[in-house]
Amino acid sequence: MSSEQRAPDSPARNPAPPRKATLTFTERFVPPAISVVSVVVVFGLVARVVTSAEHWPRIQLQFFNLEAIIAAFPRVFQGFLINMSVWAVALVAIGIWALLLAVFRSLTGPWFAPLRVFAVVYIDLLRGIPSLLLVLLFGFGVPALQLPGLPRSNLFWGSVAMVLGYAAYAAEVYRSGMEAVHDGQRAAGKALGLTQWQSLRYAILPQAIRNVIPALLNLAVALQKDVALLSVIGVRDAVREAQIYTARTFNYSSLIAAAILFLLATIPMARLTDWVTRRDQERRLQRTV
Amino acid sequence: MNRINIENVTKYYGTTLVLDGIDLSVAEHEVVCLIGASGSGKSTLLRCINQLVPFDHGRIYIDGKAIDDESHFGRNGLRKRIGIVFQAYNLFPHMKVLDNITLAPRKVHGVGRAESEERAMELLNLFGMHSFASSYPEQLSGGQQQRVAIVRALATNPEVLLLDEVTAALDPELIAGVLDVIRSLKDNGMTMIIVTHEMSFARDVGDRVCFLEGGRILEQDKPQKLFSGPENPRTRQFLDRIIRAGRL
Ligand SMILES: Nc1ncnc2c1ncn2[C@@H]1O[C@H](COP(=O)(O)OP(=O)(O)OP(=O)(O)O)[C@@H](O)[C@H]1O
Ligand SMILES: [Mg+2]
Repeated sequence: MSSEQRAPDSPARNPAPPRKATLTFTERFVPPAISVVSVVVVFGLVARVVTSAEHWPRIQLQFFNLEAIIAAFPRVFQGFLINMSVWAVALVAIGIWALLLAVFRSLTGPWFAPLRVFAVVYIDLLRGIPSLLLVLLFGFGVPALQLPGLPRSNLFWGSVAMVLGYAAYAAEVYRSGMEAVHDGQRAAGKALGLTQWQSLRYAILPQAIRNVIPALLNLAVALQKDVALLSVIGVRDAVREAQIYTARTFNYSSLIAAAILFLLATIPMARLTDWVTRRDQERRLQRTV
Repeated sequence: MNRINIENVTKYYGTTLVLDGIDLSVAEHEVVCLIGASGSGKSTLLRCINQLVPFDHGRIYIDGKAIDDESHFGRNGLRKRIGIVFQAYNLFPHMKVLDNITLAPRKVHGVGRAESEERAMELLNLFGMHSFASSYPEQLSGGQQQRVAIVRALATNPEVLLLDEVTAALDPELIAGVLDVIRSLKDNGMTMIIVTHEMSFARDVGDRVCFLEGGRILEQDKPQKLFSGPENPRTRQFLDRIIRAGRL
């Protein structure tokens, strides 16, 4: 905050701030009313048509069976907690590992060539392999090796696969953020006598990270759904539990239960991302003016 | 001994010749002003002295040692002794004014936080900027950022100061203030190279003025002499235009 704000002049001399325009009753309430009524009518009609279809009772029984949903819920919810813990831990690991990769890639000077090459090759490889394949490779493959001293849980190795794959994307996001920092900032760091590392640490990275927070949040939302991939290696997550229920009862409502749980988590995350992105854009606009 | 010796420095950006065999020496405590049209290579020359950009031919010596002599200066050692104020300020936007100023003293010169902040406040005071210590650069006007940039460069007590159009964003009143500060730096023996479009400024503080054109120094002399009777027709043309623009 600037402390050289204008002394509060006598209020009489300052024109009053513009008052909010007052709306008449019709202006204020009629448009929203029209919106609500039209939405209710349109979706009501659609629902009417769907539910009156010949096969609707069977669809309802198979997919939207409230009893089945309630019966499957405790197990599915347990599994969902696994999904969300993997997600939370993976987010932190990805954030750190990807930042390291991006820094490796940005280092200049002949001594850093091995790190630079490693980062480039790593990012190319891991971005090019489907996540599903990585999860299968790590989740089944590594435990099968029975390497001494390493964990054998497929939950662990499946999560590692997610982290390694997503970090390749996140590293590129960080890198774009670092490249967006103006060259003058590097020059200023150098001119002040900062080392390459100090310049990164104090001048470039804080700005780069701030630049890419919206993009990273988008990745976080994608990961929130992709953690369900762990179900293919036998981790008893929400999807796996739902499948088990389906296999036992031939009713698919448990899958709907899992879907609802994922939606409850992803929609707020997506909203948060939108909000942060919008704020970030406003900040940039203010700065360029 | 000369503080700075620039010998035959030549620099290309790609295939464009930007500095074309620059020879310039600056004595200890001397203030040299660089003038010249936009694009003549003034900023590039300053950046070469500070090793911010590499050059293709020639040598630059500080106190008789080549600037790329790491065994003498150590890594980054040269830059610890030379301060530069950029034309575009280049303040760190994510740091408060005070942190912008104390970063190098603390991280490069190993001064404690309290001591470096005290010194920073002293300098800010000198420029009438003490009330902005905890503002962010984007909350400041161009002229205010300019002054912070000067303070940041001074905070490490450099022996040589390179100033790139530091008065460009200032109004006449503030120019007078900055001029006072630079004059007092000069009185305290600071060696400076100053790029400026402000001829009165050059006349006031400059021991010598160099006119750059197309990457060469076409003419250099004491300010009075150069401004009153330039020998080179191109210098005369440049000065005439500036006089007509009312800046001499
Ligand atoms: N990074 C760069 N890449 C390519 N060309 C450059 C670069 N920086 C400067 N130049 C070119 O070098 C020439 C000299 O630029 P310089 O910034 O030194 O001029 P200047 O004398 O400081 O001009 P001004 O008074 O406008 O600041 C210009 O023609 C410019 O286009
Ligand atoms: Mg310039």
